[in-house]
Amino acid sequence: MKQGFFTITDNTRLAPNTYRMVLAGDTSAITAPGQFVNIALTGKFLRRPISVCDWEEGTLTILYKVVGKGTAQMSEMVSGQTLDLLTGLGNGYDLDKAGDRPLLIGGGAGAPPMYALAKHLLARGKHPSVILGFNTAAERFYQAEFAALGLPVTVTTVDGSAGTKGFVTDAMPAIDYTYIYTCGPGPMLKAVYDSSVTSGQFSFEERMGCGFGACMGCTCQTKYGNKRICREGPVLEKEEILW
Amino acid sequence: MVKTAVTLSGIRLDNPVIPASGTFGFGYEFAQWYDINCLGAISVKGTTREPRFGNPAPRIAETEGGMLNAVGLQNPGIDQVLAEELPRLRELYTKPIIHNISGFSMDEYVECCAKADASPHTDLIEVNVSCPNVHHGGMSFGTDPNMVYDVTRAVKAVCKKPVYLKLSPNVTDIVSIAKACAEGGADGLSLINTLMGMRIDLKRRAPILANTTGGLSGPAVFPVALRMVWQVYEAVDLPIIGMGGVSSAEDVVEMMLAGATAVQVGAANLTDPMACKTIIDDLPGVLERLGVQDINELIGGAH
Repeated sequence: MKQGFFTITDNTRLAPNTYRMVLAGDTSAITAPGQFVNIALTGKFLRRPISVCDWEEGTLTILYKVVGKGTAQMSEMVSGQTLDLLTGLGNGYDLDKAGDRPLLIGGGAGAPPMYALAKHLLARGKHPSVILGFNTAAERFYQAEFAALGLPVTVTTVDGSAGTKGFVTDAMPAIDYTYIYTCGPGPMLKAVYDSSVTSGQFSFEERMGCGFGACMGCTCQTKYGNKRICREGPVLEKEEILW
Repeated sequence: MVKTAVTLSGIRLDNPVIPASGTFGFGYEFAQWYDINCLGAISVKGTTREPRFGNPAPRIAETEGGMLNAVGLQNPGIDQVLAEELPRLRELYTKPIIHNISGFSMDEYVECCAKADASPHTDLIEVNVSCPNVHHGGMSFGTDPNMVYDVTRAVKAVCKKPVYLKLSPNVTDIVSIAKACAEGGADGLSLINTLMGMRIDLKRRAPILANTTGGLSGPAVFPVALRMVWQVYEAVDLPIIGMGGVSSAEDVVEMMLAGATAVQVGAANLTDPMACKTIIDDLPGVLERLGVQDINELIGGAH
């Protein structure tokens, strides 16, 4: 965990409510795909926790959906402006359990962390597939970026305007996988949990106070005891989840 | 060199800055951000007799200039706190520990305070009286002078260490509550706890917090806290730990001028993990600019 100032180098709209922000700064505290950063915004008391889409030494990429005043404020920021970030928060995904053919499932704003995860799995010689679920064709983002990594990408849309009509779970039976990695809205996580035929890791979202384990604001119950989504999570193992 | 040390009922603090209970866990989490031995003291997470999970999520909601929390006193219970959490903190931290105790009955307060008093790790006991009394229809202990008096008397009877009562601001007259603590034999007072509030989600047309209501903290409550510290200082001759929205060294000075001997920092720890350290680092400079040689001259200095 680290606190640092980052400079915005890009802030581009990808879809009607979804933006990509690229930031320059010290990324050394980020150790695993699936971790998040917590962003201080002028005039807002609490920081905004946003998952890491990708990072390299000195560069951080986040994709965020405008859902309220804080993220709307972020969408209006421009290159050269600075942000105060806490980085390296949360446990992130454990790549050792992937098997040879892990399936990555990202729903809407849950898709971004799948990107760095796919890159890291590919670097380990794994053969990941990805399912990206959206409501409509217009809401899609990063389909081309995932495809450019050289892995099979299946898109589902609820209204059928692109890819497979339906939910991410409708695309799961056609894929032969050894493990599941997923992030998305609660109902989607539950549906993936019920449909999956292997073990897996599920990334959860909760309203947070601090994002680094101090306030107990985001605690959930698991089969192995209480866990803070911000600290022992956001990624939980399939076997420990209590719905 | 500006003198920043203060004394609470015989316990020396290098400086008056104390992270507030519920915003600092059992301290050791913050040792990853800075050396916590710079703190005046630490007030650890509120502890109850039995382990508590707390309230369902969402437990947190943002407000203008602050936040609401309805964590619900999540803690592992007094026995585990004394056996594991405080020893773990003590491995990293040698300065005073304030053990914050909560209870839902008189028995629970007495049992927990007696255990905390017997612990070698605890220096001062801070009794949170904002909890509902299960034997009195859930009415908060801290809103009734008679119940506060009874809790104070009962707890003092089993404690050798200093006992401070942490007061709820959700009362008509905080002075009458403070006087009841003094009459019951309290060694000092901590104020204020959070102010009860709520937010509603416009789309769902339902409260944001699963618990419906929660405690407001952050800079928004600072003037209310300051006013209550001022009033209590005028009326009661007990040392006061002032808190409520303190976020800067200037806020510490203001709280002390109102009558606080020491100051707790709460919600600021959650938005900036370095908050207490920054305040402590800033304090000597702020005092120098104000021409203060010894911080103790500030206590009640605005009266």
